[in-house]
Amino acid sequence: MQPPNRTSAGRTAIALHSTVTLKAAMAVTGLIMLLYLIAHMYGNLKYFSGRAAFDGYAHHLRTIGEPFLPYSGALWVIRIVLLLSVTVHIYAAITLWRRARAATSGRGGSRYQSRKNPRGVQRTYASFTLRWGGVVIALFIVYHLLNLTSDTIHPGGASESPYLRLINSFGVWWMVLSYTIALLALGFHIRHGLWSALADLGANTSVARRRHLNIAATTIAIVITAGFLTPPFAIFFGWPR
Amino acid sequence: MNITLRVWRQADGHAKGRMVTYDVRDISPNMSFLEVLDVLNETLTQNHDDPIAFDHDCREGICGSCSLVINGIAHGPEAATATCQLHMRSFRDGDQIDVEPWRAQPFPVIKDLVVDRSSLDRIIQAGGFISAPTGSAPEANTILIPSPQSEQALDAAVCIGCGACVAACPNGSAMLFAGAKIAHLGMLPQGQPERDSRALSMIAQHDAEGFGACTQIGECTAVCPQSIQLDVISRFDHDVLSALRHRTH
Repeated sequence: MQPPNRTSAGRTAIALHSTVTLKAAMAVTGLIMLLYLIAHMYGNLKYFSGRAAFDGYAHHLRTIGEPFLPYSGALWVIRIVLLLSVTVHIYAAITLWRRARAATSGRGGSRYQSRKNPRGVQRTYASFTLRWGGVVIALFIVYHLLNLTSDTIHPGGASESPYLRLINSFGVWWMVLSYTIALLALGFHIRHGLWSALADLGANTSVARRRHLNIAATTIAIVITAGFLTPPFAIFFGWPR
Repeated sequence: MNITLRVWRQADGHAKGRMVTYDVRDISPNMSFLEVLDVLNETLTQNHDDPIAFDHDCREGICGSCSLVINGIAHGPEAATATCQLHMRSFRDGDQIDVEPWRAQPFPVIKDLVVDRSSLDRIIQAGGFISAPTGSAPEANTILIPSPQSEQALDAAVCIGCGACVAACPNGSAMLFAGAKIAHLGMLPQGQPERDSRALSMIAQHDAEGFGACTQIGECTAVCPQSIQLDVISRFDHDVLSALRHRTH
């Protein structure tokens, strides 16, 4: 059987929603969210400068670009970009997951009868947790927004002050635990996702480059995970007071 | 050596298959894995049983015909080794060894361990070529190619098209196979005129055949008998994305 003789327009149309294009969309939206995370982490570390600095930072975020932008304008632009990014990211993930399932009779990496090498030859833990880790992160973000942004759920007590909301929440042991689990899922997600995003966009051009990109992804994943986990643990153990 | 083989038996593409256990006695550690199947088939034939169907041709590791998943690993436990070059000294006396065909939706089973890999041929037919005038061979030094560039192109050109990359990929992706051809032709001057159309045609056919997407895990490179590296996939991604940028409609 011959492959169909596609016209130039036909193959372009197919390529526009190909697996490669979907992976590129996932890569770009993932990188946008990663940049946001770095800025977010910087804000969190303001905790160590005390209540005035932390609450001041939260307030100043809303006055960025004033009077050119309305109050909270810049923040809403960022929120809309993030919402679009996460929508495209999840849409691409589900579409690609369905194609992968169809290609492997629905069983992925465990489609062989032999159970002797169930983890393959060199797959990393991070690569196994990518899909479920993504689900954990998505659920966590919903809870996180209800907790610290809208103050709808407030274990440890509600407050007008973002700083006090932080202190109240992370005085509760299970808040620290659930936050740690979510952040570890995020760390693994960035570890494999960042490397994969860079490779999907064409950055992996040699064996040495592959090693460098992986080192960069691991480093950034560790820095972000540690950076986000430091304030909650400091609060829980009462440092600095 | 005495070993036990658990082999996937399936009468044809429509039949339901199952693992069947066979004891194979008195084999030499210097036999290749395919020779053990030959010995087993000899016994099966003498007992008027149906011999096990499996693909093989050159038995020198260069044709890409042999295609066995051994203990869950495409081409078995040795790195950079095709099944025909795998010898029984890689196993221990008394081992039980599981033998299965390549599994992916675009690789339907024909019989036992033989699968139809025409889907890979169609990806090549779609764009894995250069158009050149026929006639006498041109003078070899007309087009100069820097040595590192031709070496990199050759590193990709060594793909024997066995399909182990697809068999090993948790997503059933053929990106390593297709990427090897993209990298091979895209790095040479002769491959430039059709570089954009090649990338678009090959990804269109790759997806139409039902192969999955690459997640940059590298299981494919771990089983590749020719040690093709993961950067060929990144080159494929790059060429598809740049072809889409260059598009005129």
